[in-house]
Amino acid sequence: MQYLLPSLRLWLVTFLVCVIGYTALVLGFAQAVVPFQANGSIIVADGRAVGSQLIAQDFTGPRYFWPRPSAVDYNGMGAGGSNKSPTSPGLTERAEQTVARYGATADNPIPADLVAASGGGLDPHISLAGALYQAGRVATARGLPAAEVKRLIEAKAISAAGSFAPERIINVLELNLALDQLAQ
Amino acid sequence: MLASILTIVLIVGGTVLLSWPLGRYMAALFSGRFKGADRLFAAATGGTGEQDWKQYSFALIAFNVMMFGFVFLLLATQHLLPLNPDGQGASSLDLVFNTAASFTTNTNLQHYSGESTWSYLAQLGGLMWLQFVSAATGIAALAALARGIGGQASMGNFFLDVQRASFCVLLPLAMLLASGIALAGVPMTLEGAAAVTTLEGATQTIARGPAAAFVAIKQLGTNGGGFFGPNSTHPLENPTFWSNALEMIAIILIPMACVWMFGRIIGRPKHAAVIFGVMAALLAIKLTAAVTFETAPTQAFADLAVTQDVGNLEGKELRLGATTGPLWAVLTTATSNGSVGAMHDSLNPLTGLVPMAGMWLNETFGGVGVGMINMFLYIALAVFVAGMMVGRTPEYLGHRIEGREMRLVVLALIAHPLLILGGTALFAATPWGLDTLGNTGAHGFSEILYEFSSAAANNGSGFEGLGDNAPAWNIATGLVMLIGRFLPIIVPLAIAGALMSKRRSAENAGTLSVEGPTFGVMLFIVILIFGALTFFPAAALGPIAEHTALMR
Repeated sequence: MQYLLPSLRLWLVTFLVCVIGYTALVLGFAQAVVPFQANGSIIVADGRAVGSQLIAQDFTGPRYFWPRPSAVDYNGMGAGGSNKSPTSPGLTERAEQTVARYGATADNPIPADLVAASGGGLDPHISLAGALYQAGRVATARGLPAAEVKRLIEAKAISAAGSFAPERIINVLELNLALDQLAQ
Repeated sequence: MLASILTIVLIVGGTVLLSWPLGRYMAALFSGRFKGADRLFAAATGGTGEQDWKQYSFALIAFNVMMFGFVFLLLATQHLLPLNPDGQGASSLDLVFNTAASFTTNTNLQHYSGESTWSYLAQLGGLMWLQFVSAATGIAALAALARGIGGQASMGNFFLDVQRASFCVLLPLAMLLASGIALAGVPMTLEGAAAVTTLEGATQTIARGPAAAFVAIKQLGTNGGGFFGPNSTHPLENPTFWSNALEMIAIILIPMACVWMFGRIIGRPKHAAVIFGVMAALLAIKLTAAVTFETAPTQAFADLAVTQDVGNLEGKELRLGATTGPLWAVLTTATSNGSVGAMHDSLNPLTGLVPMAGMWLNETFGGVGVGMINMFLYIALAVFVAGMMVGRTPEYLGHRIEGREMRLVVLALIAHPLLILGGTALFAATPWGLDTLGNTGAHGFSEILYEFSSAAANNGSGFEGLGDNAPAWNIATGLVMLIGRFLPIIVPLAIAGALMSKRRSAENAGTLSVEGPTFGVMLFIVILIFGALTFFPAAALGPIAEHTALMR
């Protein structure tokens, strides 16, 4: 019994400080300084919310660039990966479907990131090679010169962290929004 | 390769530098150098007199029982309580039991997805609260152990130590980290999910919430339980390379500082440097192995028209850089964190062996506080073996290690493989395990082995292909987590209590110095032999069999 009362009081002070106080401070800071990010980086275009800058959404038509495959069908309420081992036949079968969808051949192999699903199934990026691989399809579907689509890709490609992660990547939603704006 | 090396130097090297001043500060804090704060804490809880090992252990257990009970009730009734904008319903009681046990024991094994299971009140008031106080419990236990074997008259006071750890270590660091990752883009809002209309006209509902506060303490307290299901692979939990760097530093910062803190409280900083060196050597071996194995491309795409000029990308995020998968996997299992930056189930088979080995050894820096406590058990074993080899009574810091102490050491050390291998054997032979596998064959065995390793090591990561939200898994791993947590905390306190009651002898020229490289090598070998002999057969049936049979 000598431990019960101090335990209760310890519960009370830690709850007040580490849950209520801490949450309120971080909430106040984030909402005041970075309200866009704090609310989920939701992009509004033409007055409607079209997606989150950080969350992949499904694109199926040829007019848009396609994101990486998602093991959860781009479900923003139930993210997850395939959890398939590299030796799993199921992973090979899924990859065959993706290869067929892009029409990749041995002479024109598809970049690996367009075939591999991400950990959360919501990776908003594709590689520069993955975007260039799709440029022809998008240009044809939109009746645009291929060079113009490639220029747009180059303009949108960033490296995640300079020398630490030099590979260039592209945010698919931002690229597709820019394509739509090009058309207007 | 250059980018990988730069990233590892930035994360690991940077954290080593930061851990030194933090360890000094923590040693001063737990030595009672901040009198004003201590008076405030004593007033807050009362009952702050000096405790011996039994009183300290009883206080620890009493508070931990309360932690479990409170959060069990909160999780079980969340659907009746406020702060539930997405209308999360009631969960099964076996999941509630497993989750409450998981967060009380600093494990954070998650048999659920946060965004589709718990209300914001359950996440913040239940799980995040436990992320603070379970981490503080571990740090407090280490402080008590250090006082005991450092020759102080008492072990200190549990209620005081928990407040020191919560308010003076975890809280300020969590404020800094939460602000940093919020700036990088982690959401922090009490609004429910956002509904958007995609460019192609479909509706997408995007879970969000008070993630920044949650993620910060998840990383710092070696908790590892994510706000969202896929943990730090989720773009809202880990939006950029830089949020990723901050989160990885936070995984190992306090575990590293705990070694320095231990050394200063016992008054032997050189001994701490030897321990730190042994841990760093183990970390370096695991990092080299994992990063090398993971540069092999995905076997699954080998016969397809896919460019195979990058490493294995299945289960990985492009924005986090190529090294994050293996680096995070090693850091999170070297410590008992268990958050993930890539899906461990999809790692190449031999890469997947490395995090398992981390959890089997469980003391490469280890969990906050408890990692160093685990290392103390190995130190006692190494001292004993060395003493036997030269035919002298084994001594550690002037304490004679005798039969009674060794029995306790072996009890605590053997419990770990017993829980892992016993549980794996049971579930690999019954439908409890076999009906829940996400992969078949050797990899399926690895899923079971990983789950029990994670529960016993209080790690919390998983081979998530496993369908583990089932009553058998929830109950079995819940029990394993509780035993795997409290046995290795209470037994070392009992050992320290036994040592305190004996007269210390003076160290002389014949005593094995614990401050030199000879002792470091001895400790390193004891850890490897113990770990390898115990777990090699299981590793051979899982990842090694998968690699040799299926990888080309």
